[in-house]
Amino acid sequence: MSDIDPEELQGHRSHLIRYAMLQLRDPNLAEDVVQETLVAAIESRAKFAAQSSPRTWLVGILKHKIIDLLRKRAREPQLNVAEGEDENELVDALFKENGHWADPPQTWNAPEQSLENAHFWNVFEQCNQRMPLNTARAFMMREFMEMSTDEICQELGISTTNCWVILHRARLALRECLDMNWFGNAR
Amino acid sequence: MIDCKHNTELLSQSYDRPITLRERIAMRMHLMMCRGCRNFEKQLTFLRKAARELPRKL
Repeated sequence: MSDIDPEELQGHRSHLIRYAMLQLRDPNLAEDVVQETLVAAIESRAKFAAQSSPRTWLVGILKHKIIDLLRKRAREPQLNVAEGEDENELVDALFKENGHWADPPQTWNAPEQSLENAHFWNVFEQCNQRMPLNTARAFMMREFMEMSTDEICQELGISTTNCWVILHRARLALRECLDMNWFGNAR
Repeated sequence: MIDCKHNTELLSQSYDRPITLRERIAMRMHLMMCRGCRNFEKQLTFLRKAARELPRKL
Protein backbone atom coordinates (compact mmCIF):
# COMPACT_ATOMS: atom_id res chain seq x y z
CA MET A 1 0.00 0.00 0.00
CA SER A 2 1.66 3.18 -1.11
CA ASP A 3 0.86 6.64 0.09
CA ILE A 4 0.46 9.68 -2.04
CA ASP A 5 3.20 12.17 -1.64
CA PRO A 6 1.40 15.37 -0.59
CA GLU A 7 3.94 17.39 -2.50
CA GLU A 8 3.27 15.50 -5.66
CA LEU A 9 -0.42 16.18 -5.22
CA GLN A 10 0.24 19.88 -4.66
CA GLY A 11 2.24 19.88 -7.88
CA HIS A 12 -0.92 19.02 -9.80
CA ARG A 13 -3.02 21.51 -7.95
CA SER A 14 -2.35 24.64 -10.01
CA HIS A 15 -3.00 22.70 -13.20
CA LEU A 16 -6.33 21.47 -11.84
CA ILE A 17 -7.29 24.97 -10.69
CA ARG A 18 -6.65 26.35 -14.17
CA TYR A 19 -8.72 23.58 -15.67
CA ALA A 20 -11.61 24.19 -13.27
CA MET A 21 -11.43 27.96 -13.76
CA LEU A 22 -11.88 27.59 -17.51
CA GLN A 23 -15.12 25.82 -16.93
CA LEU A 24 -16.43 27.60 -13.83
CA ARG A 25 -14.80 31.04 -13.88
CA ASP A 26 -15.28 31.40 -10.19
CA PRO A 27 -12.18 31.04 -7.98
CA ASN A 28 -14.17 29.83 -4.98
CA LEU A 29 -16.04 27.17 -6.91
CA ALA A 30 -12.83 26.11 -8.65
CA GLU A 31 -11.09 25.85 -5.29
CA ASP A 32 -13.95 23.70 -3.95
CA VAL A 33 -14.01 21.19 -6.80
CA VAL A 34 -10.24 20.85 -6.82
CA GLN A 35 -10.28 20.26 -3.07
CA GLU A 36 -12.91 17.54 -3.51
CA THR A 37 -10.84 16.02 -6.29
CA LEU A 38 -7.71 15.85 -4.16
CA VAL A 39 -9.67 14.33 -1.29
CA ALA A 40 -11.11 11.71 -3.66
CA ALA A 41 -7.60 10.99 -4.93
CA ILE A 42 -6.30 10.46 -1.42
CA GLU A 43 -9.23 8.18 -0.63
CA SER A 44 -8.33 5.94 -3.54
CA ARG A 45 -4.59 6.21 -3.24
CA ALA A 46 -3.99 2.64 -4.42
CA LYS A 47 -5.47 3.57 -7.78
CA PHE A 48 -3.45 6.75 -7.84
CA ALA A 49 -0.23 4.84 -7.38
CA ALA A 50 -1.08 2.57 -10.31
CA GLN A 51 -1.53 5.44 -12.74
CA SER A 52 1.00 5.94 -15.48
CA SER A 53 -0.31 9.45 -15.85
CA PRO A 54 -1.60 10.70 -12.49
CA ARG A 55 -2.50 14.07 -13.95
CA THR A 56 -4.83 12.60 -16.56
CA TRP A 57 -6.42 10.50 -13.85
CA LEU A 58 -6.90 13.55 -11.61
CA VAL A 59 -8.40 15.54 -14.47
CA GLY A 60 -10.81 12.65 -15.03
CA ILE A 61 -12.02 12.91 -11.42
CA LEU A 62 -12.16 16.69 -11.65
CA LYS A 63 -14.36 16.51 -14.77
CA HIS A 64 -16.93 14.47 -12.85
CA LYS A 65 -16.84 16.89 -9.93
CA ILE A 66 -17.39 19.83 -12.27
CA ILE A 67 -20.27 18.11 -14.04
CA ASP A 68 -21.87 17.29 -10.67
CA LEU A 69 -21.55 20.90 -9.60
CA LEU A 70 -22.99 22.28 -12.85
CA ARG A 71 -25.84 19.81 -12.60
CA LYS A 72 -26.66 20.98 -9.09
CA ARG A 73 -26.51 24.60 -10.11
CA ALA A 74 -28.61 24.08 -13.23
CA ARG A 75 -31.45 23.06 -10.93
CA GLU A 76 -31.14 26.32 -9.08
CA PRO A 77 -33.12 29.11 -10.63
CA GLN A 78 -30.30 31.68 -10.87
CA LEU A 79 -28.52 29.87 -13.65
CA ASN A 80 -30.57 30.78 -16.62
CA VAL A 81 -28.64 30.20 -19.79
CA ALA A 82 -30.48 32.17 -22.39
CA GLU A 83 -31.10 35.19 -20.24
CA GLY A 84 -29.12 38.34 -20.67
CA GLU A 85 -26.74 36.83 -23.16
CA ASP A 86 -27.94 38.19 -26.42
CA GLU A 87 -25.07 37.76 -28.78
CA ASN A 88 -27.00 38.60 -31.89
CA GLU A 89 -24.88 41.70 -32.01
CA LEU A 90 -21.87 39.61 -32.87
CA VAL A 91 -23.67 37.71 -35.62
CA ASP A 92 -25.05 40.97 -37.02
CA ALA A 93 -21.57 42.45 -37.12
CA LEU A 94 -20.07 39.46 -38.92
CA PHE A 95 -22.64 39.20 -41.70
CA LYS A 96 -24.19 41.70 -44.06
CA GLU A 97 -27.93 41.95 -44.40
CA ASN A 98 -27.89 39.70 -47.46
CA GLY A 99 -26.26 36.95 -45.36
CA HIS A 100 -22.77 37.27 -46.86
CA TRP A 101 -19.65 37.75 -44.77
CA ALA A 102 -19.01 41.39 -43.94
CA ASP A 103 -15.36 40.43 -43.92
CA PRO A 104 -14.71 36.88 -45.21
CA PRO A 105 -12.36 34.77 -43.05
CA GLN A 106 -8.78 34.80 -44.28
CA THR A 107 -6.44 31.83 -44.23
CA TRP A 108 -4.71 31.14 -40.92
CA ASN A 109 -1.01 30.67 -41.22
CA ALA A 110 0.35 27.36 -39.82
CA PRO A 111 -2.32 26.84 -37.14
CA GLU A 112 -0.83 23.47 -36.13
CA GLN A 113 2.36 25.15 -35.00
CA SER A 114 0.37 27.42 -32.71
CA LEU A 115 -0.63 24.38 -30.67
CA GLU A 116 3.00 24.04 -29.61
CA ASN A 117 3.29 27.68 -28.57
CA ALA A 118 2.63 28.47 -24.90
CA HIS A 119 1.62 32.02 -25.73
CA PHE A 120 -1.11 30.74 -28.03
CA TRP A 121 -2.75 28.97 -25.10
CA ASN A 122 -2.77 32.19 -23.09
CA VAL A 123 -4.56 33.91 -25.94
CA PHE A 124 -6.95 30.97 -26.20
CA GLU A 125 -7.78 31.20 -22.49
CA GLN A 126 -8.26 34.95 -22.72
CA CYS A 127 -10.57 34.58 -25.71
CA ASN A 128 -12.55 32.00 -23.78
CA GLN A 129 -12.90 34.42 -20.88
CA ARG A 130 -14.23 37.16 -23.11
CA MET A 131 -17.22 35.06 -24.06
CA PRO A 132 -20.35 35.44 -21.95
CA LEU A 133 -20.19 32.96 -19.10
CA ASN A 134 -22.84 30.53 -20.24
CA THR A 135 -21.75 30.60 -23.87
CA ALA A 136 -18.23 29.71 -22.83
CA ARG A 137 -19.55 27.10 -20.44
CA ALA A 138 -21.60 25.33 -23.11
CA PHE A 139 -18.67 25.46 -25.53
CA MET A 140 -16.24 24.02 -23.02
CA MET A 141 -18.68 21.28 -22.03
CA ARG A 142 -18.90 20.34 -25.69
CA GLU A 143 -15.31 20.66 -26.84
CA PHE A 144 -13.24 20.42 -23.73
CA MET A 145 -15.17 17.93 -21.64
CA GLU A 146 -16.46 16.24 -24.80
CA MET A 147 -20.05 15.96 -23.61
CA SER A 148 -22.80 15.28 -26.15
CA THR A 149 -25.19 18.06 -27.12
CA ASP A 150 -28.01 16.13 -25.45
CA GLU A 151 -26.14 15.97 -22.17
CA ILE A 152 -25.37 19.68 -22.31
CA CYS A 153 -29.00 20.60 -22.98
CA GLN A 154 -30.04 18.48 -20.06
CA GLU A 155 -27.43 19.86 -17.70
CA LEU A 156 -28.16 23.46 -18.63
CA GLY A 157 -31.90 22.95 -18.92
CA ILE A 158 -32.16 24.43 -22.42
CA SER A 159 -33.68 23.22 -25.67
CA THR A 160 -31.58 21.41 -28.26
CA THR A 161 -32.05 24.20 -30.78
CA ASN A 162 -30.94 26.78 -28.25
CA CYS A 163 -27.92 24.65 -27.51
CA TRP A 164 -26.88 24.58 -31.20
CA VAL A 165 -27.31 28.33 -31.43
CA ILE A 166 -25.18 28.93 -28.34
CA LEU A 167 -22.44 26.58 -29.55
CA HIS A 168 -22.42 28.25 -32.95
CA ARG A 169 -22.09 31.70 -31.41
CA ALA A 170 -19.28 30.46 -29.21
CA ARG A 171 -17.37 29.21 -32.24
CA LEU A 172 -17.95 32.44 -34.15
CA ALA A 173 -16.76 34.47 -31.17
CA LEU A 174 -13.72 32.34 -30.48
CA ARG A 175 -12.75 32.26 -34.15
CA GLU A 176 -13.02 36.03 -34.36
CA CYS A 177 -10.99 36.56 -31.21
CA LEU A 178 -8.17 34.22 -32.28
CA ASP A 179 -8.21 35.76 -35.73
CA MET A 180 -7.68 39.23 -34.32
CA ASN A 181 -5.37 38.43 -31.45
CA TRP A 182 -3.29 35.56 -32.66
CA PHE A 183 -3.44 34.92 -36.37
CA GLY A 184 -2.89 38.57 -37.04
CA ASN A 185 -5.82 39.36 -39.27
CA ALA A 186 -6.69 42.48 -37.30
CA ARG A 187 -8.60 44.91 -39.41
CA MET B 1 -28.69 28.53 -52.63
CA ILE B 2 -27.90 29.15 -48.97
CA ASP B 3 -26.00 32.23 -47.83
CA CYS B 4 -22.82 32.40 -45.74
CA LYS B 5 -24.66 33.07 -42.51
CA HIS B 6 -26.86 29.99 -42.90
CA ASN B 7 -23.95 27.94 -44.19
CA THR B 8 -21.83 28.69 -41.10
CA GLU B 9 -24.76 27.60 -38.91
CA LEU B 10 -24.92 24.28 -40.73
CA LEU B 11 -21.15 23.83 -40.60
CA SER B 12 -21.22 24.44 -36.88
CA GLN B 13 -24.16 22.08 -36.35
CA SER B 14 -22.39 19.35 -38.29
CA TYR B 15 -20.12 19.22 -35.24
CA ASP B 16 -23.06 18.74 -32.90
CA ARG B 17 -25.62 16.58 -34.69
CA PRO B 18 -25.93 14.29 -37.71
CA ILE B 19 -26.85 16.45 -40.67
CA THR B 20 -29.20 15.42 -43.47
CA LEU B 21 -28.09 14.60 -47.00
CA ARG B 22 -29.92 17.66 -48.28
CA GLU B 23 -28.04 19.88 -45.82
CA ARG B 24 -24.76 18.29 -46.74
CA ILE B 25 -25.31 18.94 -50.42
CA ALA B 26 -26.30 22.55 -49.75
CA MET B 27 -23.11 23.08 -47.75
CA ARG B 28 -20.88 21.47 -50.36
CA MET B 29 -22.43 23.57 -53.13
CA HIS B 30 -21.86 26.71 -51.14
CA LEU B 31 -18.31 25.80 -50.17
CA MET B 32 -17.33 25.19 -53.79
CA MET B 33 -18.04 28.80 -54.49
CA CYS B 34 -17.07 30.55 -51.28
CA ARG B 35 -13.49 30.90 -50.12
CA GLY B 36 -14.46 32.68 -46.89
CA CYS B 37 -16.60 29.72 -45.80
CA ARG B 38 -13.88 27.26 -46.81
CA ASN B 39 -11.50 29.08 -44.49
CA PHE B 40 -14.19 29.12 -41.81
CA GLU B 41 -14.66 25.36 -42.13
CA LYS B 42 -10.93 24.69 -41.67
CA GLN B 43 -10.86 27.01 -38.69
CA LEU B 44 -13.78 25.20 -37.03
CA THR B 45 -11.83 21.96 -37.31
CA PHE B 46 -8.87 23.70 -35.73
CA LEU B 47 -10.99 25.12 -32.87
CA ARG B 48 -12.20 21.65 -31.96
CA LYS B 49 -8.70 20.24 -32.08
CA ALA B 50 -7.34 23.08 -29.97
CA ALA B 51 -10.07 22.83 -27.32
CA ARG B 52 -9.56 19.09 -27.03
CA GLU B 53 -5.85 19.51 -26.63
CA LEU B 54 -6.22 22.21 -24.01
CA PRO B 55 -6.28 19.90 -20.95
CA ARG B 56 -2.79 18.72 -21.86
CA LYS B 57 -1.50 22.22 -22.45
CA LEU B 58 -2.54 24.02 -19.30
